[in-house]
Amino acid sequence: MNLRYIQGKRIGVASTNRLDDEALRRLAESAARIASLQPELEDFTSLPEPGALPEVAGVFAEATASATPESRAEAVRAVISAADQAGVLGFGSYATNRERVTVVNSLGVRASEERTLAQVITVAMGPDGEAGYAEQAAVDHTRIDAAEIGREAAEKARRSRGATEIEPGDYPVVLEEYAVVDLLDMLGYLGFSALAVQENRSFFEPGKRVGSELVSIWDDATDPEGTPTSFDYEGVAKRRVTLVEEGLCREVVYDAHTAGKDGRQSTGHGLPAPNPYGPFPLNQFMGAGESTREELIGGLDRGLLVTRFHYTNPVHPKLAMVTGMTRDGVFLVEGGAISRPVRNLRFTQSYLDALAGVAAVNRQRKLLRGFLGSVVVPAVRIEAFTFTGATEH
Amino acid sequence: MPEVEQRALDTCSQQGASYADVRVVRREDESISVKSGRVEAVSLGESEGLGVRVLVDGAWGFASSSVLNTREADRVASEAVRIARASGTALRQPADLDDRAPARGHFATPVEEDPFALSLETKIGDLLAADERMRAVKGIAFTESLFHAQRERKSFAATDGSQTEQEITHVGAAIEVNAVEGDELQRRTYPDAGGGYQAAGYEYIRSLDLAGHAEALAEESVKLLRAPQCPSGRFTIILDPSQLYLQIHESCGHPTELDRVFGTEASYAGTSFLTTDRLDDGFMYGSELVDIVADATAPGGLGTFGWDDEGVEAQQVPLVKEGRFVGYLSSRETAPRIGRKSGGAMRADGWNRIPLIRMTNINLLPKPGKSLEEIVEDTDDGLYLASNRSWSIDDRRLNFQFATEVAYEIKGGKRGQLYKNPTYTGITYEFWRSCDAVGDERSYRMLGTPNCGKGEPGQLMHVGHAVSGARFRDVQVGVGKW
Ligand SMILES: [Zn+2]
Repeated sequence: MNLRYIQGKRIGVASTNRLDDEALRRLAESAARIASLQPELEDFTSLPEPGALPEVAGVFAEATASATPESRAEAVRAVISAADQAGVLGFGSYATNRERVTVVNSLGVRASEERTLAQVITVAMGPDGEAGYAEQAAVDHTRIDAAEIGREAAEKARRSRGATEIEPGDYPVVLEEYAVVDLLDMLGYLGFSALAVQENRSFFEPGKRVGSELVSIWDDATDPEGTPTSFDYEGVAKRRVTLVEEGLCREVVYDAHTAGKDGRQSTGHGLPAPNPYGPFPLNQFMGAGESTREELIGGLDRGLLVTRFHYTNPVHPKLAMVTGMTRDGVFLVEGGAISRPVRNLRFTQSYLDALAGVAAVNRQRKLLRGFLGSVVVPAVRIEAFTFTGATEH
Repeated sequence: MPEVEQRALDTCSQQGASYADVRVVRREDESISVKSGRVEAVSLGESEGLGVRVLVDGAWGFASSSVLNTREADRVASEAVRIARASGTALRQPADLDDRAPARGHFATPVEEDPFALSLETKIGDLLAADERMRAVKGIAFTESLFHAQRERKSFAATDGSQTEQEITHVGAAIEVNAVEGDELQRRTYPDAGGGYQAAGYEYIRSLDLAGHAEALAEESVKLLRAPQCPSGRFTIILDPSQLYLQIHESCGHPTELDRVFGTEASYAGTSFLTTDRLDDGFMYGSELVDIVADATAPGGLGTFGWDDEGVEAQQVPLVKEGRFVGYLSSRETAPRIGRKSGGAMRADGWNRIPLIRMTNINLLPKPGKSLEEIVEDTDDGLYLASNRSWSIDDRRLNFQFATEVAYEIKGGKRGQLYKNPTYTGITYEFWRSCDAVGDERSYRMLGTPNCGKGEPGQLMHVGHAVSGARFRDVQVGVGKW
């Protein structure tokens, strides 16, 4: 339980996992004491007022809620057996989550919802350490095909065998969905939050071009293709927010506090208080395109197919300049066909320039887990991506 | 032994466990953040519960609950056994634990000034004072400062008769100042980017003298806006402790985790280039000056304790000796697989997570001879890099790239020109082999990070790093294009 105690414009926060009367009394006392020590927050307007919550389908699946250790172990065996058949080793996890989130406030907000999520992640590895990755997330865990995920990773690992060096430099790339997740996560973290804009640390300016016309990004917690929820951690209804439309910056996400500062309404993107991120897009979508997977790869005269990024970190936040490694399957594509597996590379690349270079977008998308929430993304082809270093595997 | 713990262990044994341990953990947190002159947030948190870990036919199970009574202890123990049996259906290599005498005793972090007993007003006041001095400097955009304290009371018991009680207190603080102009954002932090953290009381925060460092820090962040871009090329670099500690964390701490080597972290953070054959072969990890030890007994370290979370006593484990790779961070299950005994590095993030192999305090031992300043004086041409800004390393911990907040040119043994946006990159063992000077005791200090991530579901750990600073030759600085 996380309590915000508000006295005028002073706010105190305290939390506990004990729900007995004595602990709750102490919680209220602590939060009140903290509030009394705070200076007034001049730009604080109010906690959210009650409002209608949208009817959102697909938030909860009974099958996930009642998943058992035995059913999870069965999925794990399916992944391992796919690895066995390909002659590689399987590593990974299968998780099912059930949670109830309830938000109430003294202005009359009453919101409560039970949510579920299941996820399988696997890395398959061959005898020389060659690796392949696959992942699937779903609200209903019976929709997860663990055997298929196991096969995808195992096949990728098998094809990665005998990877050889390639010179770092600028290459056109096809990024699989697992890599595109990082683009959206990082941009969400660096720039799509009203707090980042208010603090002048975001790249975001309304109307600014940050992507090619093929790039549209929005946040929509009400879409059952993602991991739906009907309200945020302040009990405010989730609203769809267009972040980037055909390459142009449109809007950012708000919580009650940042909305109050800008004289707007919260878009339903508050996180539990206090948090350093401010509001956050937890349900990002990138629009699908028209290309098949074959067309994405077929469009590379000489370029790289990248499965996934690893350990990315911004080196220049306002330019969304990020460094990171590739991982779990990189392939050289020549004349529109995969020619050989190559060793992993380090990139140092502005993610905004990457969006600007998007030349083709897959017509299909995957639901994947992101940094804090979930992301629905297609694979994309990007005209240039800058690789600045190499490693030994 | 408390009844709840006894009941959990008894239930595990009755249901066929060959081994079980139980931890009851109560954690208190207090954090204060000040942003641009006002208190942004003060929060208090408490969390308590029990976690039961059980071994059934060589397979692990773990379950936990925030409800502390004997009926719930029964339920949690049964759930852990059920999970172990389910895990057993996919098991390839049964777990086998090393021998150790039952752990018994009590441990507490030495604390002079209890951070939780001290009034909030005092702690807030110290941050505001530092914040005010930063904001007095013309040209700064926004400032942040933070204080954090955590106390964990932990009781551990196992079916082999082990029973320990520990009370561990950690405190940390940091000040940060940012200057912004156009697309340029320049940040400076003290004592380092993530905060200076130690196992100690508020006396450690006082010793940092946050306010005393505020003004110079703010001035430097403003100067950085106009400073030239750090040049690219091959350079001699000297790493300040505020950067070197993270270099050790990423390039020595993580790759020496033996569970990573065996693949249990493969689908998340990755594996390691320090494979077991390299232990047998005496792989040269670094130059002969490089001595790195995992020391869970080091005073003030975030990785200092009495016993780890499977009841193995705190110890000092050499990882790199005179440049040679000699040891791993290990557990009772993994150590026997390389013919050793546990080095005592199993740690869990609170009551609802299973222990994993984690860093304790990974320290680069100081070398008698030259102080860090004397190493600078001894350097004709190079760069001095301080305070981490970003980090990235590949999934086997070989190719790394770090950015720091500042670089200073070194010419003829003197620090001069300030440069912005420095980065450096390399391959772990090539980098450490190029180390040709390590500072002595005079600049040796304990730093640490409170947010080392590992595991699925995720766990954050507090780990320590004592360092004095060091010099490296022929390092790639900059990435050409930027
Ligand atoms: Zn770490």
